[in-house]
Amino acid sequence: MSISIDLDGRIAGFRLSVAFEVPSQGIVAIIGPSGSGKTSLLRALAGLERIAGTIRIDGEIWQDDRTFVPPERRRVGYVFQGGGLLPHLTVSANLDYAQRRAPPGPVEREQIVERAGIGHLLGRRPPTLSGGEAQRASMARALLAQPRLLLMDEPLAALDADARQSMLHWLETLLAELALPTFYVTHDEAEAARLAYRTIRLAGGRMAA
Amino acid sequence: MALVLTTTLELAAVTTILLLLLSTPLAWWLARSRCWWKEIVGAAGALPLVLPPTVIGFYVLIALGPESPLMALLAPFGIETLAFTFTGLVVGSLFYSLPFAVQPLRTAFEAVGDRPLEIAATMGATPLDRFVTVALPLSRRGFLSAAILVFAHTVGEFGVVLMIGGNIPGKTEVLSTRIYQLVESLQFGEAHRIAAVLVAFSFIALLALLLVERRIASPHP
Repeated sequence: MSISIDLDGRIAGFRLSVAFEVPSQGIVAIIGPSGSGKTSLLRALAGLERIAGTIRIDGEIWQDDRTFVPPERRRVGYVFQGGGLLPHLTVSANLDYAQRRAPPGPVEREQIVERAGIGHLLGRRPPTLSGGEAQRASMARALLAQPRLLLMDEPLAALDADARQSMLHWLETLLAELALPTFYVTHDEAEAARLAYRTIRLAGGRMAA
Repeated sequence: MALVLTTTLELAAVTTILLLLLSTPLAWWLARSRCWWKEIVGAAGALPLVLPPTVIGFYVLIALGPESPLMALLAPFGIETLAFTFTGLVVGSLFYSLPFAVQPLRTAFEAVGDRPLEIAATMGATPLDRFVTVALPLSRRGFLSAAILVFAHTVGEFGVVLMIGGNIPGKTEVLSTRIYQLVESLQFGEAHRIAAVLVAFSFIALLALLLVERRIASPHP
């Protein structure tokens, strides 16, 4: 069981050219400077952008010359950079939104709410949350979608050093337990080394040595 | 007076409801499409902002008259003309007030941006689901602005109503044409009373609009 990605195309004037295959379990870190194509790669995996090439997950084609599975049918959990909550809904309603559209799966709502420490935030709206609170709620929301693939775009970037350390520990334990295939975008070498079993380096839209 | 007021409010209410329904898909397409020619459609839809109302009234009158090809299509249903009818007034008002619905809705849809729709997509929401559960609630104040503008604009329209409706008492006479009628017959006192009501109504409508827009601009809606 593996994830195979072979993309070579342009998006808004930027060329992304990457090809690799990884086992469909554990965390793969995507690391590189700003503008290197890390977010474009995640967006292509989620189906939010169409970049020429092929994406296969466990033998299932998500994208090739003839096929393009739309994002709503890919079952990815996407933790967006800077938070990914629907701004007009409370935290609880955001979780409901994901849960109602998800197939049955292993992630339990009560358990993930408790693990994320967001029980006291359920009635709050996203604009009233701090960066760390929004990010924890966003991760819980992404996991409640019962994803086949978890995509995290610099989930700790908005946090201060203390919050970052405690979140990193929390993430490490949670992701190890769930054993979900995860692509984790970060700028931070230490974060990548601690979480991921493999690191893919990007520079200027290409894989660096 | 009561009948004129009823006709005016009925015309404004029917126009507002129909125009919100018809303008929503058009405004959504204008906000989201990447077609190079969408601004041609946008400009055509905004024409009533700059055209004299008599020009709109003239063309709608021709289109709804007994000689028009459009009416020929409706002839099998027993409809020979819609000129000088309440339905004709509604059709004219739809054209006349179209930009007052499309512009606020388009602006509201553009303000939604891609991010919330993408978040919803990754949670399994289909395009229609995303429109109903994300775009519409995030644009609700645009709908409120559009409804206030269309309603107030329809209450205040004169040229189009006079051209298409002919100011028939009890049928197509509305407040603005009643004022015209009263002034022509030198009944300034009664004209004053109706005009004052329209001034007060317009002020309240604009105040409501400004308050709605101020809330849109606030960082924590």
